[in-house]
Amino acid sequence: MTAALRGIYAIWYREALRLRRDRLRLVGHLLSPLLFLLVFGVGLGRAIGSLTPGLDFISFLFPGIVGMSVLMIAFMSGISVVWEREMGFLKEVLVAPIPRASLVIGKTLGGATVALVQGIIMLVLSPLAGIELTPGVILRLVPLMLLVAVSIGGLGVLLASRMYSMEGFQVLMNILVMPMLFLSGVFFPVQNLPAWLGVIVRINPVTYGVDAIRQVMLGDAAPQLLMFGEPVSVTQDILAVTIFGTVIVALGIWSFSHQG
Amino acid sequence: MPPIIQVEHLTRRFGDLTAVDDVSFDVAQGEVYGFLGPNGAGKSTTINILCTLLRPSSGSALVCGLDVAHSQNQVRQCIGLVFQDPSLDERMSAYENLEFHAMVYGIRRAERRHRLEEVLRMVGLWERHKDVVKRFSGGMRRRLEIARGLVHHPRILFLDEPTLGLDPQTRVRIWEHLHWLRREQGMTLFFTTHYMDEAEHADRIGVIDRGRLVALDSPDALKQSLGGDIIILRAADNAAAAREIDQLYHLTATRDGDSLSLEVSRGSELIPTLIRSLETTIHSITLRRPTLDDVFLRLTGKELRDEEASGMETMRAWARTRIRRGVGH
Repeated sequence: MTAALRGIYAIWYREALRLRRDRLRLVGHLLSPLLFLLVFGVGLGRAIGSLTPGLDFISFLFPGIVGMSVLMIAFMSGISVVWEREMGFLKEVLVAPIPRASLVIGKTLGGATVALVQGIIMLVLSPLAGIELTPGVILRLVPLMLLVAVSIGGLGVLLASRMYSMEGFQVLMNILVMPMLFLSGVFFPVQNLPAWLGVIVRINPVTYGVDAIRQVMLGDAAPQLLMFGEPVSVTQDILAVTIFGTVIVALGIWSFSHQG
Repeated sequence: MPPIIQVEHLTRRFGDLTAVDDVSFDVAQGEVYGFLGPNGAGKSTTINILCTLLRPSSGSALVCGLDVAHSQNQVRQCIGLVFQDPSLDERMSAYENLEFHAMVYGIRRAERRHRLEEVLRMVGLWERHKDVVKRFSGGMRRRLEIARGLVHHPRILFLDEPTLGLDPQTRVRIWEHLHWLRREQGMTLFFTTHYMDEAEHADRIGVIDRGRLVALDSPDALKQSLGGDIIILRAADNAAAAREIDQLYHLTATRDGDSLSLEVSRGSELIPTLIRSLETTIHSITLRRPTLDDVFLRLTGKELRDEEASGMETMRAWARTRIRRGVGH
């Protein structure tokens, strides 16, 4: 194995090991999405009723909540590099005979793995939202969730490359992650938005990830995301997220390789 | 055998500041080399360059015969590191910490278990290998870090303040391990310290001050260089006594608190003469051998463990316990 590959594997393996170590974390992470689903889905759902004929609000919300979970966990895993820097462990990785790219890719994949496992577990809640998932749909969801997780995990790693304490973390959550979530169609359909909001939503890469997950889960019932008047297909969604993820991971590698 | 570390005209600038200024030295294979200097003198910068974490601005450094600026990964494979600050993942077990290291350094799976057991036994931690590092004491963590630094069989072990903040008993134990390594495996040790008694472990000591290497010799030779003995003298009028000593013996007496100190070659013979010849009344007179502290003071104008150093130390020790207790995340 080359140095780069064994570095990626070792760093990924460490994340996987920790996931296995505290399985309780997976259950814990199930609570807040469940809360969102119940409070918004059931509570607001009553007031809203059906979004389109045959589509309850809670069914609309569920794919968004799955996307949100995957995104949050991937981001947290990526940003945990800052904590490793504070703890001192990062230094052990930085002086190892492996390229910086291994750190970025290994960490991103590790975080994405954790997020993916969480996403799959989330699917257990689908009956609550009145959604029936066939094995075929689940098989299509897995790579999709992984893709979203990699791009957002990569974003966490990129930001962590220039953060030297966890103090900025809360700020980052408030000015970056929360807006990305709320302006992505997780909680409301992005059709018929005022023009300015529509533009922001379409710039946000998370929109495409959430749209893809929703289209795969709900099929034709999913409200259509329009771009220049044309409906966006799942393939186009995937393309958008892939481009974003590639750029982010490349920037992360660049950023880690050019410090000190 | 060629030197294992060859540093030639090494210079590193940060903007206007020259942290390391035209430093040259060699370290022989199997040598125990102590690297001393006040805080901010360029110690850490030099070590970081030797460990490939920083690039030199000019000059060169060869480690294991490899240029640190160009063969980073080969150099890293050849050296073991024990950092000044903790660098373990405390949520993982001792074994898992070392296993990660072994994976990253490319040790094959079949060989891993054997190697990890070997180094863990060496530092007396094999019985605890399944325990999470969080439960380890400061001394155990240090020993684990030393073990980790040895997993990939490096030829040099760099230790940056390896015993900082540890109790005297643990420090002795760690040095026993280090000497064993040197004796049994011919390991080269390159270390920094703030403890004078630890500097005595070195075959040779390099002293760096304001970026320049100001001395390089064995501890004994460095102490000899001060002139052999130190006479501490307290007189009724220290200034007058100093003047007399200068006139009679051409020796410079330096003020040291409320007494004078003199560096002389044969102190025990000079004392009776001094007592007889000085007109100023002498209250007390003592003789002692010079210590590395004296050498350090003479070379850098600072105590080896000065105010600043102990301040930093307290801060680090505090940071360690804070991290250990898991506060702040």
